[in-house]
Amino acid sequence: MRKSLLALATGILLAGNVGAASAADKLKVGFIYLGPIGDLGWTYQHDLARQALVKELGDKIETTYLENVPEGPDAERSIEQLVRAGNKLIFTTSFGYMDSTLKVAKKYPNVHFEHATGYKRNQNMSTYSARWYQGRYIQGLIAAKMSKSGVLGYIGSFPIPEVVSGINATMLAAQTINPNIKVKIIWANTWFDPGKEADAAKALIDQGADVIMQHTDSPAAMQIASERGKLAFGQDSEMIKFGPKTQLTSILDTWGPYYIERVKVELAGTWKSKDSWGGLDSHMFAMAPYTNMPDEVKKMAEDAQAAITAGKLHPFKCPIVGQDGKPVECKGGDRLDDGQILGMNFYVKGIDDKLPGK
Amino acid sequence: MELAEAIILSVLAASTPLLIAATGELVTERSGVLNLGVEGMMIVGAACGFAGAWLTGSIFIGALFGIVAGTMMSLIFALMALGLAVNQVAAGLALTILGVGLSGLIGARLVGERITPAVHLSIPGLTDVPLVGRVLFGEDAFVYFSIALVVGVWWFLYRTRAGLVLRACGDNHVSAHALGYPVLRIRTFAVMFGGACAGLAGAYLPLAYTPFFIPGMTAGRGWIALALVVFASWRPGRLVVGAYLFGAVTILQLHAQGWGVGIPSQFMSALPYLATVIVLVLLSRARGGGSTAPAALGTVFVPDR
Repeated sequence: MRKSLLALATGILLAGNVGAASAADKLKVGFIYLGPIGDLGWTYQHDLARQALVKELGDKIETTYLENVPEGPDAERSIEQLVRAGNKLIFTTSFGYMDSTLKVAKKYPNVHFEHATGYKRNQNMSTYSARWYQGRYIQGLIAAKMSKSGVLGYIGSFPIPEVVSGINATMLAAQTINPNIKVKIIWANTWFDPGKEADAAKALIDQGADVIMQHTDSPAAMQIASERGKLAFGQDSEMIKFGPKTQLTSILDTWGPYYIERVKVELAGTWKSKDSWGGLDSHMFAMAPYTNMPDEVKKMAEDAQAAITAGKLHPFKCPIVGQDGKPVECKGGDRLDDGQILGMNFYVKGIDDKLPGK
Repeated sequence: MELAEAIILSVLAASTPLLIAATGELVTERSGVLNLGVEGMMIVGAACGFAGAWLTGSIFIGALFGIVAGTMMSLIFALMALGLAVNQVAAGLALTILGVGLSGLIGARLVGERITPAVHLSIPGLTDVPLVGRVLFGEDAFVYFSIALVVGVWWFLYRTRAGLVLRACGDNHVSAHALGYPVLRIRTFAVMFGGACAGLAGAYLPLAYTPFFIPGMTAGRGWIALALVVFASWRPGRLVVGAYLFGAVTILQLHAQGWGVGIPSQFMSALPYLATVIVLVLLSRARGGGSTAPAALGTVFVPDR
């Protein structure tokens, strides 16, 4: 009783008028983040998307987020906490939350869940991810054009299909410009260790690479490339302030349009479980402005982006020859099918390295 | 030759934070206190060090902020582990968890800010000497300070009376107490020294290594420093060898991957730890079994007044 009186009093104080749409009528939307929102990478971009959502639909919804939630049992508790707090649509934004999300989803059939980058779904649980390999194809074209030494440096996190397909897309693109292009690959075995990422960038540059690409999360590699007068690509977010004369472009995780779309269907009452694996055409990610390159390279990149967006250019168009010299089976007609890309565990021809664990 | 020089320079930089943090922890452990909170003190040192440099524009003041922050953190530990005599292992782990949280709080405003990194020495004539010039006269001050620090600690522990007393507290606090030495006060100073070093080691990362701040940027280096002290069997000389070995393996495994050497990177990453285990076994055998640790390490001392 006292609580509701207090709430009423606060409501009157805040809203100034009683009877209009109160906070209780707003759709509550929850988010679970893996890192701190200030990580300048993965979590930062998810939170930017949440802010875009609030800007667009803020009068109809109320958002809550929990940051720094480790994958594992804590995630399950945190997701359940969001459910108990009355959130009707919950975004869980890391691969490792997959099983926890599914478990909670089965327990609360009336709440809708959206899980990023996973593959398990339920009637009330969707999945969403982006076709980043499309962006890496464009980066491969730019890198091959811009490299003077003909050696590209690639910092990988873990040898999982998402990272391997990125390396292959880069290489396939680069080979269309320079058939003899080389790529040196260093696995950091971490998503996030700025010191180690910087060391990897130093090693690659010391070994002759003049364009650095990364699939780890901090701006350290960009900063080293900038210090040494080389070129580099950002990752997840805009990193140009760490290398104003260095960044060629960056793959930007732009989840905003997707979040807005999903909240709109939720508000309309037509939410349905589905799998979204969108690319440039559906604005699941974007490319940062093409900078620090001649106009003709910029034009080439923009044309490639337009062609990929229009579906005229596919990074994994057959025939594709594997590292062993044998053609890769082409399950998608004239290109590899989505299953092959999602499970990619081989290098394409021309990569002079061994895939760890192979 | 240029590549060899580049590799040596990378190794020096990678080893420096490990050497500084491990030297501090060595002194702490020599006094008989096991502080597992190195990672926590480092990460707070990183946040405060960056904040100091960002506010004042001075790397030196940033380093001082890091040292003070690390010392304050260690005082929390001293209060728990020495003052209240709680379990040292639990207190140290709690300190790390606290530190990670605190650094996020302090650093929230600092993410994305930039500072001018610590300058590298440049002595005309000397720095330009091929091969050794850059290594001996071309790094930032932290690198040379870390070596001076470990030499100073060696001299203190083995050549001064105070060092002898400190070691005595670590080996047998009851006897040291009986001889009239203030065991708890000595241990508090040792813990504070460890905190100051950890704070400085943390500050090195955003001030010189990668000149920006991001939460979590110490990435487990505090734990490696702890392992190093064990690896060195609590001796400063071996600590230097160990720190550079860890640094060298880290950097060389990256280069090996770039060259396409077919050893799995996961195995290479695990090498320093494997070396730690082997060295421990060998040392233990050489002594005919038993540990080389200070005898009173990690034990609580409550003086009967």
